[in-house]
Amino acid sequence: MLQIKHLKLTLNGNPLINELNLEVKEGKIHGLLGVNGAGKTSLANLIMGTSYPDEGSIIFEGRDITRFTISQRAKMGITLAWQEPARFEGLIIREYLSLDRNLSLSEAEKYLWTVGLPPGEYLNRAVDGSLSGGERKRVELASVLAMKPKVAILDEPDSGIDVVSLPHIMNGIVEMGKRGSAVLLITHNEEAVSVSEEVSIICAGKIINSGPPQEMCHWFRNNCQTCPHIGEPNYKGV
Amino acid sequence: MLVVKEYEAMIEAYGKAGGNLDALRSNEVGNLVIHKNKVLSVQEVDGIRVETKETESGVSIYFLVEEGARIKYPVHLCFGVLPKEGLQEIMLRVEAQDNSEVNVIAHCIFPNAVDVIHKMDADIKIGDNAKFSYHETHYHGESGGVKVIPKAKIEVGRKGVWESTFSLIQGRVGVLDYDFEIFGDEKSINELMVKVFGKEEDDISIVEKIHLNGQGARGLAKSRLVLNDNAKAMVRGETYGNAPFARGHVDCLEIVNGDGVIARAIPLVYVNDKQAKVTHEAAIGSIDKKQMQTLMARGLNEEEAVDVIVKGILR
Repeated sequence: MLQIKHLKLTLNGNPLINELNLEVKEGKIHGLLGVNGAGKTSLANLIMGTSYPDEGSIIFEGRDITRFTISQRAKMGITLAWQEPARFEGLIIREYLSLDRNLSLSEAEKYLWTVGLPPGEYLNRAVDGSLSGGERKRVELASVLAMKPKVAILDEPDSGIDVVSLPHIMNGIVEMGKRGSAVLLITHNEEAVSVSEEVSIICAGKIINSGPPQEMCHWFRNNCQTCPHIGEPNYKGV
Repeated sequence: MLVVKEYEAMIEAYGKAGGNLDALRSNEVGNLVIHKNKVLSVQEVDGIRVETKETESGVSIYFLVEEGARIKYPVHLCFGVLPKEGLQEIMLRVEAQDNSEVNVIAHCIFPNAVDVIHKMDADIKIGDNAKFSYHETHYHGESGGVKVIPKAKIEVGRKGVWESTFSLIQGRVGVLDYDFEIFGDEKSINELMVKVFGKEEDDISIVEKIHLNGQGARGLAKSRLVLNDNAKAMVRGETYGNAPFARGHVDCLEIVNGDGVIARAIPLVYVNDKQAKVTHEAAIGSIDKKQMQTLMARGLNEEEAVDVIVKGILR
């Protein structure tokens, strides 16, 4: 469904994404594990179209979308939930879930329940600074669910949140998969990718290993988390 | 007969502007309708007294909320000039006596203005433990031929509450020269909010001043502006912490969304008591990139995303 081929992105001569190849299959949750600075967010931005690669291509349902705008990709069914979601003054959650989709009240309620937010309490709250980090991330996940995307890129949905929010976030991700969306679940937490069907490990802007979640988590723990090069500038990877 | 026609025309314009027609027709709801210098309707309710005097260029109004009166339904004010040209000067004296409470909704309507001046000079006294909410919404045409000059001096008594919103987001602003100044006594709450959508050659000046004179007084001077095309705006938000435990905040946001826009903000925070605290934040800039990208990633195009963000800010 989504194929990333030989993707390259450099910043000031330093490679952020380096000959990266990846495939996300239809209706599957694909975990992407990597330590800080491995290139996870850079890849998410390239797939969504908030930045463009120097080389390589992004193929979605057989079409080369490498130079498509964000809106074009979204209209094709790709969306991204950012690690730090934007906050919107004056925009209430019900409107945020609906946007131009004429979402019914019952649907909006259903998506909020999925991420553990009681609609009576949240539907009319603003998507602004009054929400905690965990609440805001849950609202973001509900908005992705409401979009019914073909591919959802979730950039560290499990980071920076409270312990109460985490199971609801994970439930939302599983639900997304059940509803037929493919998910690229980006995280540095190997526990989070246990809901995935397949996991890839990213290091220095390239995929260095892929396989079943349990095997990849084990590999990640033994190699990446103990890697002496973590945080080293311009590390070229294994 | 002429007055009846004027009244009907005002009511029609009021309805088109989104006003609550049922409220104007109800015997239980206080109202005051003024076209140019003609008082077309006055309805008092228990606890509210309204005296009016027509002048050559407008109307003098004395608006009294009696001591202890808690007005059940919002009082509706409707001011306007329907012809293309005209002058309307409203001299407003408000007295909300101790322990009273009222919510006033004002609509100011200038749908056809090409050369219209609307002035309001208000002298407002809010008694001890009284609460006065004042929400003024303007409806202008698209010519930009309106000059709006609202000035108010507001004194808020001990534990009194003043909260007001001035909203001008429909049609062209024209020229706006808004100047509200509050003097808050002990433990009073003093809040000013202005929302304006400037376009084309609109020229906007906003001054919000809050003097926190009583111990424990609180104040918020907030403004939200979106500026398109060649609109110009200057916002001065001033808060003075003059007493122990006074707490004030100035919050100004101006979104610049046009190549010819000039946006300025001057927040002034002043404290002369070591136990007072006043803060400010002022931001001027284009629409937040991350907000845009987020909405576009949900399927909106650029124009739709701007629209959603602007509507939220001006809500």
